[in-house]
Amino acid sequence: MSQLSSRHLLGIKDLTPADIQLILETAENFKEVINRPIKKVPSLRDITIANIFFENSTRTRLSFELAEKRLSADVVNFSSSNSSVKKGETLVDTVNNILSMKVDMVVMRHSSPGAPHFLARNVKANIVNAGDGTHEHPTQALLDAFSMREKLGDLQGKKIAIIGDILHSRVALSNIFCLQKLGAEVMVCGPITLLPKHIQSLGVKVELDVRKALAWCDVANVLRIQLERQQIKYFPSLREYSLYYGVNKKMLEELDREIVVMHPGPINRGVELASDVADSDHAIILQQVENGVAVRMAVLYLLAAVKA
Amino acid sequence: MQKRLVLNQQQIQIILKRFCHQLIENHDNFENTVLLGLQPRGIILLDRIVEELENISGKKVPAGYLDATFHRDDFRRRDFPLKANETKIDFLVEGKKVILVDDVLYKGRSVRAAMDAMIAFGRPQKVELMVLVDRKLTRDYPIMPDYFGIRVNTIDTQYVVVEWASQGQPEDAVWITEKEQK
Repeated sequence: MSQLSSRHLLGIKDLTPADIQLILETAENFKEVINRPIKKVPSLRDITIANIFFENSTRTRLSFELAEKRLSADVVNFSSSNSSVKKGETLVDTVNNILSMKVDMVVMRHSSPGAPHFLARNVKANIVNAGDGTHEHPTQALLDAFSMREKLGDLQGKKIAIIGDILHSRVALSNIFCLQKLGAEVMVCGPITLLPKHIQSLGVKVELDVRKALAWCDVANVLRIQLERQQIKYFPSLREYSLYYGVNKKMLEELDREIVVMHPGPINRGVELASDVADSDHAIILQQVENGVAVRMAVLYLLAAVKA
Repeated sequence: MQKRLVLNQQQIQIILKRFCHQLIENHDNFENTVLLGLQPRGIILLDRIVEELENISGKKVPAGYLDATFHRDDFRRRDFPLKANETKIDFLVEGKKVILVDDVLYKGRSVRAAMDAMIAFGRPQKVELMVLVDRKLTRDYPIMPDYFGIRVNTIDTQYVVVEWASQGQPEDAVWITEKEQK
């Protein structure tokens, strides 16, 4: 197949394994494009894309904007902090106003889970979810899978441990769906207070001891402690979290083989990941960022190609 | 379905040899010349020419694969999007003479897209086009080949099919067939 099954990217849950394969294969082509002397192709020159961010973002927003520009799309940016949302405008009104300026696609980040799904039902444009609350962050999962494949080849049967704040992480959920659809085994690891109840029902292994998780896995995807989403105390102190769950060089050296360490950023150095790991050869954190542009180009290109 | 053989294995072999000698005649020792095969099917012809050139001249000519999917003018206008192929060019074309190689020249739109894609690798000194089959009556763009194997008179209701033994076909051959009536 050369076409996606949906005209929106709302979550990995809705994608078929064939969709994911198509996105990853197309991203390989775009990775070659962004390493050319001229990094731009004209595919989306008749498309206008609005990046609507109701939540803070550095990487994702820049990455989307670069992907859009490298595909020759016209780009408008919007962030809620200095907009009429503060004056009480609803989400649908805001987006419809933007769309009436002839915008074809909307890339949205929102703090409410399901906001992009709601938008997809109520407006005409293609919607790309750039993170909705603690729910999904599909492009991050796709770029993680792309980076893992680049390093390890086919992910069928590979073991991936997701370590850290699983409860508040949209990256974790999207990663679980994506990796399982690609045939990988997934484990989640973190303090019991930061693991969602019934997470086993998604078919993942659960581990409380980070050393055991590291010994089991081929790839450790370490997540940030999302203090901004934590209304109550889930662990006594960051120092204690770091002591029990922080991944450091010594732990990796004790393993009988080399594993790959990933992190979706932003890193809290010395909390979930020690600097000597983040800056080591184990880590492919900066490759993830580079691949993010290629994967997002693939997503935008393929969504634009789907006939309404 | 009507099917007419226009080139057989032996004729294709003769054409490949002719192509090589024409290239040697025009490009001397290939110091400043590169070959680019157009994905997906031009690369099979390119590989054969590179192999043949090496046999004749003993030189390995720089060659690469160029995919123009992202530069096509029919994106979002086709029923189904085309799947991109690998671009593999490990040199710049800046100041070089480039020979674009494809199997069939039909409307000229792929070649236009390919020239657009090629510019991302620099500004070439000169660009030439080499095709095995030139369908001379069906052009949409003002594009002509510098080297062609055979020139055929075909109309839009016909296909030109190029078969290669290296791709699992019984032997190298070029056929003209009728498109099925809908």
